[in-house]
Amino acid sequence: MKEARTARSFSLAVKERRSQEIELSVGGELCLENAHLFSGEMDRLVGGAPQGKVILDLSPLAYLDSAGALAVYSYREAAGHRGVEVDVYGGADRVRGVLEMIDVGALTTPPLRSEEGRTPFFVRAGEGFVSLWRDFVEVMTFLGELLTALVYVVRHPKGARWGDVLFYMKRAGEEALPIVGLISGLIGLIMAFMSSLQLKQFGANIFVASLVGIAVVKELGPMMTAIIVAGRSGSAFAAEIGTMQVNEEVDALITMGFEPVRFLAVPKVLAAVFVVPLLTIYSMFFGILGGLIVGVVGLDLTFYTYIKQTMDSIRLFDIFSSLVKSAVFALLIAGIGCQRGFKVAGGAEAVGESTTSAVVSAIFLIILADSAFAVLLHYID
Amino acid sequence: MAGTIIAVENLTAAYGDNVILKDVTFSVREGEIFAIVGGSGCGKSTLLKYMIGLYRPERGRVLVNETDFSSADEDEINRERLRLGVLFQSGALIGSMTLGENVALPLREHTSLPPSLIDRIVKMKLGMVNLSGYENHLPAELSGGMKKRAGLARAMVMDPKILFCDEPSAGLDPVTSAELYRMLAKINGDMGTTMIIVTHDLELIFRIVHRLVMLDGREKGIVAEGEPETLRRNASDPRVRHFFTHGGGLL
Repeated sequence: MKEARTARSFSLAVKERRSQEIELSVGGELCLENAHLFSGEMDRLVGGAPQGKVILDLSPLAYLDSAGALAVYSYREAAGHRGVEVDVYGGADRVRGVLEMIDVGALTTPPLRSEEGRTPFFVRAGEGFVSLWRDFVEVMTFLGELLTALVYVVRHPKGARWGDVLFYMKRAGEEALPIVGLISGLIGLIMAFMSSLQLKQFGANIFVASLVGIAVVKELGPMMTAIIVAGRSGSAFAAEIGTMQVNEEVDALITMGFEPVRFLAVPKVLAAVFVVPLLTIYSMFFGILGGLIVGVVGLDLTFYTYIKQTMDSIRLFDIFSSLVKSAVFALLIAGIGCQRGFKVAGGAEAVGESTTSAVVSAIFLIILADSAFAVLLHYID
Repeated sequence: MAGTIIAVENLTAAYGDNVILKDVTFSVREGEIFAIVGGSGCGKSTLLKYMIGLYRPERGRVLVNETDFSSADEDEINRERLRLGVLFQSGALIGSMTLGENVALPLREHTSLPPSLIDRIVKMKLGMVNLSGYENHLPAELSGGMKKRAGLARAMVMDPKILFCDEPSAGLDPVTSAELYRMLAKINGDMGTTMIIVTHDLELIFRIVHRLVMLDGREKGIVAEGEPETLRRNASDPRVRHFFTHGGGLL
């Protein structure tokens, strides 16, 4: 049977009261559990505003821990501010030992670094801008290194680590098939369903097929695929290289005469550039399939009419430009993932930060590049 | 100077405005086991990174095998690096590769040896550090001491003229670290490899180190240079005495 733990308690008793002095004895156990009660008890016994001197006899005290000792010190300090002297004497060796452990200096030392948040707003804004600029320069420098390494690999195909490329193609491509298919299918389904509610009113059911087809092929396919790959693989690249950075593996590669960008980043970037356009085609297929299900089941369109309408509304140029776009997205995702990984300095926390930043930056860059493509394709077309 | 293999001249190292080392000058002779010692945060590991060419000196010079790291171009530094071996603090084995692949990595990249010969060299080097038969293990399957030994095998695979070790005994139990010291001393004795060891382990220093420099964080530079025994007996600087008698003041 579990025995109930008895609460530890201390006892205070007035031994002697003289005109300018009061002597008390402290007994029982003064510890973490009851240290907060000490000064209140003292005030109660000594009286609200003591004068002269308070003498504490610790001889009856059976147990004192560091929190208890701190309570005694704090009382003495507070009394000192009111002009009252507190003397402590007596106590077993252990009790005196604990009392001596308290480093009064440490209690009053101000923190070496002031708390954050005290820097003025403009300083912080300036720092934020500078770090943003620095980040931009770093990304551009890395992009330069990456392109140099890619050019090297194109010129010396034997220098690439094709085994790694295949491995990452499997990781970023094959393993992403279920989720890309599922999400694209659902998006197609939702879009067809929502648009059919409107188009039905005008008897324009057939245009659901065009709407879904154009949206999926031109925008949503490449974009959704890129966002999924950023979340799955961009983050993984950043975490992998970041952990290698923390474990000094990147330094080890450099000292063994390897180019870390060529060794670590190039296989990931190549794999992504190969695999993301393929995933995009797959995503387009499932998007259209989602729309088809709504069209056939909910809008009484035949399979043939739906497909025919879809094929009439998309052109080969659209598919081709989307594939180019998705290859650029892949370059951005893998590039920023690797760059964020190489930037890691410190420990596990920095790896987490870099992973988050890899995904956020990748999605931002995808949207940015997509806007650029929208304008560009408008003029090319 | 005859026999000098590494010369550090007036090296000043800084991260931004924070100066870590100021005007550091010393040299390492060929074939000796040389230690860089000092308390935590005194710039030992930073100095090591300058000596293996990971950082480029902006002020001062670092000459390794007569290659000047402050003025050499990237290709020259890379060529020089092939003659250096580095044992990192935690071994720094590539986590996705087996021990065999890790050890074979420099050979595959920088030599045109046939795969069968590379395999034999890998076996030999793993045997040298008492890890025979572990070539198909992944680093994650090994203990800290084994990782460090595998790191040593990889660092020695190209038979470097100079071996750098970053805190070889950190995180190891006394028995394992004693084994590692014996290994280092044997490599030095048998192959004449010059060794530069960053450490604050007194036992390591007194057992195998021939000469050392001691860095101090406040001084931002060298406070003592010489043989360990001589320093222990004759050092007048209180910081040096303190280090050699109290193990860096920890105990």
